Amino acid sequence: MAARISVPQNARRGDSIEIRVAIQHPMETGYRTDDNGTSIPKNVINKLACRYNGVEVFRAEMGSGISANPYLSFFIIAANSGELRFDWVDDAGVTGSERTSIIVAG
Amino acid sequence: MKIFLHRRGFIARIAALMVLPFVAQRRAFAQSEAVDSLIEKITGGAPLQRGRVKLEIPTLADNGNSVSLRVVVDSPMTPSNHVKSIHLIAPKNPRPGVASFFYGAGAGRPQISTRIRLSGSQGVIAVAVSACWDAS
Repeated sequence: MAARISVPQNARRGDSIEIRVAIQHPMETGYRTDDNGTSIPKNVINKLACRYNGVEVFRAEMGSGISANPYLSFFIIAANSGELRFDWVDDAGVTGSERTSIIVAG
Repeated sequence: MKIFLHRRGFIARIAALMVLPFVAQRRAFAQSEAVDSLIEKITGGAPLQRGRVKLEIPTLADNGNSVSLRVVVDSPMTPSNHVKSIHLIAPKNPRPGVASFFYGAGAGRPQISTRIRLSGSQGVIAVAVSACWDAS
């Protein structure tokens, strides 16, 4: 699962910074059928967590109501330099993860 | 592609609800049973209060497969008064519970942008749960 995650590389301490996440995933609703008429099972990314230096700051629990190739934008407080880690899992049990580093000044 | 491919306009009326303990205003927004039980699950039976949640969604969407929206909650995000979660409900979707977003300590501004599916014209509901110990 390819993902694009945008995090500002530098931030000032205490700033609210925007995190944008876009993951390539069909987010199958379970209501579609393939060319042979057999139904395609539901398969969506049901959970995505964002951990900042090991502490979970944001979590999304999603259903089939989220569009294909889910996009999320949210904010966290820049506290310390370190690592942002993103982990997600879909209904088929396929997991993905991504990490970025951030430098906090001041 | 049965359910989601109506290329029609989606009139999204806006209903934003806010959960605040200690505010006696229960069941002010009667919805269908499925939606009621969803909200009940979110709030744990706590009363709802309208306002402080802003849901920005186009009144007319070209394609129900992808409707961008933004939820902004008016909250100081202090340890004593902060948003714990934001929930999106689309009552006319086959599965009305669209998504839930949870904020831990260290979360920033209580704001979320995403793209959702809508099966037909409908009102979308956003519910925010806040921890507000200093409410009188």
